[in-house]
Amino acid sequence: MKFGVIVFPGSNCDHDAWYAINHNLGHQAEFIWHDSATLGRVDAVILPGGFAYGDYLRCGAIAKFSPVMAAVRQFAADGGLVLGICNGFQILVEAGLLPGALMRNRNLKFVCREVRLRTETLDSPFTAAAGLGQILRMPIAHGEGCYVADERTLDELEAEDRIAFRYLDNPNGSMRDIAGILNSRRNVMGLMPHPERATEPLMGSSDGLVVFRSMVTAAAMADEPAALQI
Amino acid sequence: MSTLAITPDLIAQHQLTESEYQKIVEILGREPNYTELGVFSVMWSEHCSYKSSRLHLKKLPTRGKRVVQGPGENAGIVDIGGGYVIAFKIESHNHPSFIEPFQGAATGVGGILRDIFTMGARPIAVLDSLRFGPLDDPQAGPRNRRILQGVVAGIAHYGNCFGVPTVGGECIFEACYNGNPLVNVFALGVAKKEDIFYASAAGIGNPVIYVGAKTGRDGIHGASMASAEFTEESKQKRPNVQVGDPFLEKLLLEACLEAMQTGAIVAIQDMGAAGLTCSTCEMGSRGGTGIEIELDLVPQRETGMTPYEIMLSESQERMLLVAAKGREDEVFRVFRKWGLDAVAIGEVTGDGLLRVKQHGHTVAEIPNRELADEAPIYNRLHVESPARPLAPSPPQPAIDPTYALTTLLASGDICSKRYIWEQYDYMVRTNTIAGPGADAAVVRIKETGVSVAMSLDGNSRYCYLSAREGARLAVAECCRNLATVGAQPVAATNCLNFGNPERPEIMGQLVQAIEGMSEACRFFETPITGGNVSLYNETLGEGIWPTPVIGIVGLMQTAAPMTRDFKTPGRTIFILGGAGECDEVHFGGTEYAKVVLNELWGLPPALDMDYEKRVHDAMREIVAAGLAESAHDVSDGGLAVAVAECCMGGVGAALSFESRLKPEYLLFHEGSSRILISSAHPQAVEEIAARHGVAAERAGLTMNYELVIANRNATLISVTIDSLKAIYEESLETRLR
Repeated sequence: MKFGVIVFPGSNCDHDAWYAINHNLGHQAEFIWHDSATLGRVDAVILPGGFAYGDYLRCGAIAKFSPVMAAVRQFAADGGLVLGICNGFQILVEAGLLPGALMRNRNLKFVCREVRLRTETLDSPFTAAAGLGQILRMPIAHGEGCYVADERTLDELEAEDRIAFRYLDNPNGSMRDIAGILNSRRNVMGLMPHPERATEPLMGSSDGLVVFRSMVTAAAMADEPAALQI
Repeated sequence: MSTLAITPDLIAQHQLTESEYQKIVEILGREPNYTELGVFSVMWSEHCSYKSSRLHLKKLPTRGKRVVQGPGENAGIVDIGGGYVIAFKIESHNHPSFIEPFQGAATGVGGILRDIFTMGARPIAVLDSLRFGPLDDPQAGPRNRRILQGVVAGIAHYGNCFGVPTVGGECIFEACYNGNPLVNVFALGVAKKEDIFYASAAGIGNPVIYVGAKTGRDGIHGASMASAEFTEESKQKRPNVQVGDPFLEKLLLEACLEAMQTGAIVAIQDMGAAGLTCSTCEMGSRGGTGIEIELDLVPQRETGMTPYEIMLSESQERMLLVAAKGREDEVFRVFRKWGLDAVAIGEVTGDGLLRVKQHGHTVAEIPNRELADEAPIYNRLHVESPARPLAPSPPQPAIDPTYALTTLLASGDICSKRYIWEQYDYMVRTNTIAGPGADAAVVRIKETGVSVAMSLDGNSRYCYLSAREGARLAVAECCRNLATVGAQPVAATNCLNFGNPERPEIMGQLVQAIEGMSEACRFFETPITGGNVSLYNETLGEGIWPTPVIGIVGLMQTAAPMTRDFKTPGRTIFILGGAGECDEVHFGGTEYAKVVLNELWGLPPALDMDYEKRVHDAMREIVAAGLAESAHDVSDGGLAVAVAECCMGGVGAALSFESRLKPEYLLFHEGSSRILISSAHPQAVEEIAARHGVAAERAGLTMNYELVIANRNATLISVTIDSLKAIYEESLETRLR
């Protein structure tokens, strides 16, 4: 399977995602420069962490205007898998591909630490390989990871089973402990924690592989619809 | 402006002495104009010229079998095998961080990162050595808290956005830093050996290209500011502090590394202190060439800038490079991709002169070599510091050891710095094997299977008592930290923070510290490959204590890290190196004397370097054989503090001794050459220690819930782990509220 990792000016976890996919997952990843009009032949897209365009104005606010984002929108509209990690989540929210907003952490400080996440749904191409309620350990590293949305949106996310992960010990003040969410079609996920930083024992955890393995399985099934129907 | 008359006042304002001015006239064969005076003043400032320290810095060992590049370039370079090298250096940003903590610290990080990637190396780790006045100081406390918050936020802002992990460091509090905090930043990068770049201009006719941010009026005379004492007027110097843009620096990093791959770049140097002046004349001097530039071509942020301002601006995120003639477009293409300015502003010439033009007219013309390398060198008067009293006065009463331990664990120097390092992204790039809080930070090199361990150490209390011994001890402790995680030290960098060198006592401290460091670095085979001297750390005539900081890098095979915390109840606890000896004289520099007694006397702990080295060798062998479950160096706060720190993971310990030492000496002395180990294979540990001729004293066993320490059947300390942990973890944040 081939993952495309978008590189915005200021992305700095692009190499981490690339390394996790190529070395620890055993699949292929390639970089896609932000001013590219097309994504090329990829099976899934990752918007990596970092500080796209310096996060000036607002995290993700400038990145959403990058030429590549039109292709990402189209890819998502066609049912392609899009994963936004940290800054990538912020960009997806700014681009309107996911609801809500990410505000400054409650204590107004950047925070880097390992957190525990509870898997809230298995009904997604990003979480299917987990166990329901499975606790995953992976790091966070962000200054603006406090997820907020109006009550109706939050209720809707819950009613439609679109909350992918919740924090066990909420590190940033996110509403309803939300760490990661899905779009209504369930092919776009954004999360603040870094699954790519938890893909081998030397990193302190391999739990992040669950997300990527789920994506690999989902993509394989999408390639063989006939086999599925049988 | 260039026609401004050069008066004695103007010369004095530029911090040039009469004899220095005469030397300038001699070099030029005429009076300098205003621009030239400015150019000389920054290049001959203490910060850029090392005029007070250079004579003594020659004593430092700089060669070693792995050293590819020693002092004199933007960073030192060491061969790590497998076709790869590391580039690293430490630099101070003390003065700017006092005037404007956030930007001062941020641009400190930015400056050292450019030093690394200008060599062709991608930065993969940052460590910081920070010193502030006490957070609860009756007068300066609020300001000290604000400075700490600002400095930490500034480091986080720059490093996190740039995408380099901040993996470790130290943070110490002393009253001598009330008016003069220290911010020393270490950075390390990795490159393929054949991809190293140097800052030596070559090839007459080759274009000189300016890349990165536009030049503004910020930071003019920053280098000179860093070379003077603080006075009441210093606050007015806030505009001298530059403003950093880590996003721009990230783009500059990627663009430079990509441009280097084209093969069209001949030389490259960042514009740091003294900006365009320093980068032009140093590149010319190293290459034995001249450089001619036209200031009209320099990208400028403001209009109407004078040659003086353009040449002395310290605007951040700028680089100067020399490209191969005819291949400029390959370079321009890369910078355009990254949205950065890249403009040819001049060329390399054969006349050895730095010739600066504006509107086609020559506004400065100075020989590069004399400007960059022939600043006056001073052999300043230096005297031994007076001996400190050998005993506390009055004699100190006995204090309950459990109370003393909890007081120490809550103290600023010893308590957990989690509040600080959680603000740093310490794992971006996914190479961090051991991060903040470990004895040494360890970052793997994915390409080679080798990891680099790094530690920064300095102890100004020891150095106040004896600068020579203090410097030796810092090197020993730094090497011990590396040994504790299993690494072999290979090279070092130093940051020498002192007061006003024109005072003989301060100069004496500097000379002794250099000599002590020199001796220890020779012994431990850690040549100094570069570094920084920061003098005039004084405010209103009050100097800081001598604060030499050493950064040492070591190598090890990439593997799961050795960590500090006890893991399993029932393991044997060893003090590798033995419990040690102490007397009253050598107890006066301890954290116990500082925090519990509020005193300072005597001498630093004694150091037997030969024994110390054998302890390290034994430790590395124990780690390599997989015999230790945990390891932690015994240093600030002594044995009791070290054991308590090992308990922070939740597994406690019971230790018992048969020692003749007074309880406070046994528990809290800071004698060197000691490492705490827990092991499931005690006999194997003892065999290795015996083979290296060092003690491996069985001190007790790990156990659940509690820390208990007894001597000769009398319980000295008995406390639950939970209560220790609460004190240790919460103290810093509580103080900052």
